[in-house]
Amino acid sequence: MKKSSMLDLLVLVIRRDLVLAMRRRADVLTTLIFFVMVVSLFPLGVGPEMDMLRKMAPGVLWVAALLASMLSLGRLFSADYLDGTLEQMMLAPQSLSMLVLGKMVSHWMVSGLPLVLMAPVLGLQFDMPIQALAVLIFGLLLGTPILSMVGAIGAALTLGLRGGGVLLSLLVLPLCIPVLIFGTGAVDAASTGMSVAPHLSLLGALLLLALVFTPWVTAQALRISME
Amino acid sequence: MKLAINWFKYSAPSTFYGLAGKMIPWFAVSSAVLFAVGLYIGFFVAPTDMQQSEAYRIIFIHVPASMLSMFIYLIMAGYAALGLIFNTRLSSMMASALAPTGALFAFISLWTGALWGKPMWGAWWVWDARLTSELILLFLYLGFIALHASIDDPRRADRASALLAIIGSVNVPIIYFSVKWWNTLHQGATIKFTGTSMHIAMQQAMFTVLAACWLYAIAVSLMRVRSIILERERNTQWVSELPEVKP
Amino acid sequence: MNWSEFFAMKGYAFYVWGSYGVALLVFIVEVMLVRHLRKITLQNLRMLRDAGDEE
Repeated sequence: MKKSSMLDLLVLVIRRDLVLAMRRRADVLTTLIFFVMVVSLFPLGVGPEMDMLRKMAPGVLWVAALLASMLSLGRLFSADYLDGTLEQMMLAPQSLSMLVLGKMVSHWMVSGLPLVLMAPVLGLQFDMPIQALAVLIFGLLLGTPILSMVGAIGAALTLGLRGGGVLLSLLVLPLCIPVLIFGTGAVDAASTGMSVAPHLSLLGALLLLALVFTPWVTAQALRISME
Repeated sequence: MKLAINWFKYSAPSTFYGLAGKMIPWFAVSSAVLFAVGLYIGFFVAPTDMQQSEAYRIIFIHVPASMLSMFIYLIMAGYAALGLIFNTRLSSMMASALAPTGALFAFISLWTGALWGKPMWGAWWVWDARLTSELILLFLYLGFIALHASIDDPRRADRASALLAIIGSVNVPIIYFSVKWWNTLHQGATIKFTGTSMHIAMQQAMFTVLAACWLYAIAVSLMRVRSIILERERNTQWVSELPEVKP
Repeated sequence: MNWSEFFAMKGYAFYVWGSYGVALLVFIVEVMLVRHLRKITLQNLRMLRDAGDEE
C-alpha cells in the first residue's frame, strides 16, 4: 500500500513538472538549440575534414550535451523556491527524496531526452557510422539522467545565490567527468571493434549509484539551503 | 574520561584560538628546518639519476605537493563532515582554512609536473592519468572555495560546502579510476621513475620534504583559522578581551 | 663542488629552479596573504569595538 502511494507521488510530481515545462516550451527549445549550435560550431572551428570530424564526434556531442544540461539546471528548483512551493514540499509528510527524484526525472525528460533524440541527426553531420551512432545514443540514454541527478545536487546547493548559474557549472562539471569518459569510451570502443560492454555497464553502474544516492543528497542540500 | 573532557575543551573556539597561537611557531620552525635538511639531502647527497640526469630532482617537491593536495582534501572533507554531523563550529572553520592551502599544493603539483614533463617527454602538458586527476582535484578545491565564498550566511556556507566536499571525496576515487582507465585506453604517457630503484638518499630527501610540507600546511592553516575564528566570534566577550583587540 | 656547475643542473637549470622557485614563491605569497588577513581582521575588530564604545 505504502509503496504504491510513493509511486503515485512520483508520478504526480513528474506530471506536474511536465505540465509546467509545457507551459514554458521556449525554455526547452533554448536548451536544444544551444546543443545543436555548439555541436555545429566545431566543424567551423576545426575544419571540415571528415576523418577528423568522425574521430571527434563522440567527444563533441558529449561535451555539448554536458554544457546544455548545465543550462537548464538553474531552473530546476528556482521557480518552486520563488513561489514558495518548495517550502510546502519540505513541510509535506511525504519523503522529500521522492519529490526530488520526481523533479530529476521530469528535468531529464524535458532537457536530457530531447538531446538524446537530436544526437543521431548531429552524429550524421559528423559522418558517424551507424553502429557507433547506436552506441552513442545508448550511452547518452544511460548518461544524461546521471547529469540531471548530479546536477540537481549543485542546483540545490546554489539555490537563490547570486551568479548561481556559473557557480553551478563550476561545481557540477568536475563531478560529471567519469560519465563523459565512459560515454565517449564506449563509442571509441565500438569504432575500433572492441567490446562496448565494459563502458556501458560502468555507465549503468554509475546510473544506479546516482539513482540510489543523489535524491537523498539533494534533499539534504535543499534543507541546508532553505533553513 | 579525562581525555574526552580535554578534547571538548579544545574544540571550543576560544580555547583553540590560544592553543593554535602557541603551536604555530613550533610548526613553522620545524617545517623550515625540515625543508632545509630535505633539500640539502636532495641536492647534495642524492646522486644524479642515470636516465633523467639532474631534472629528476623536481621529484622532491612534486611528489610531496601531490600527496599533500590529496590528503588535505580528505582531511578537509573529514572536518567538513564533522561540522555537518555534530554541528561543531570549529571543524567547519578548519575545513575552510584548509581549502586554500590544499588548492595551492595542487597548483604546485601541476606546475612542477609541467616543468618535469617538458625535458622528459618534450611537452609541457601530457594527459597523464595522475596530472589529469590532479587538475580535476584543483577544480574540486576551487568549487569548494567558490561555493563557500558566494554564500553570505556563514552557517549555510559551512553546511553547503561541507556537503560538496563529501560528495567530492566520494567522487575522487571514481574520477581517478575513470581517468586512469581512459589513459590506458588512449595509451598515454605515465610518469614512472625510470631508474632501477630509488636511491636511499632520494627517499630520505622526499620524505623529509613531505614532512616539512605537512608542518607548513598545519602552520599556515592554523594561522588562517585564527583569523576565521576572530571573524566569526567577533561579538563574543572573549574576543573583545583579547590583548590584540584591547586598546 | 663547483657552484656554477651546481646551479646549471647539467642544462636543466630552468626546469629545476623554475619548480623550486615557484613553489617557494607560492609559500611566501600564501604566508603574506594569511598575515594580511589577520591584520585586516584585527583592524575590523578594533573598528567594531570603537564603534561600540561611542554608542
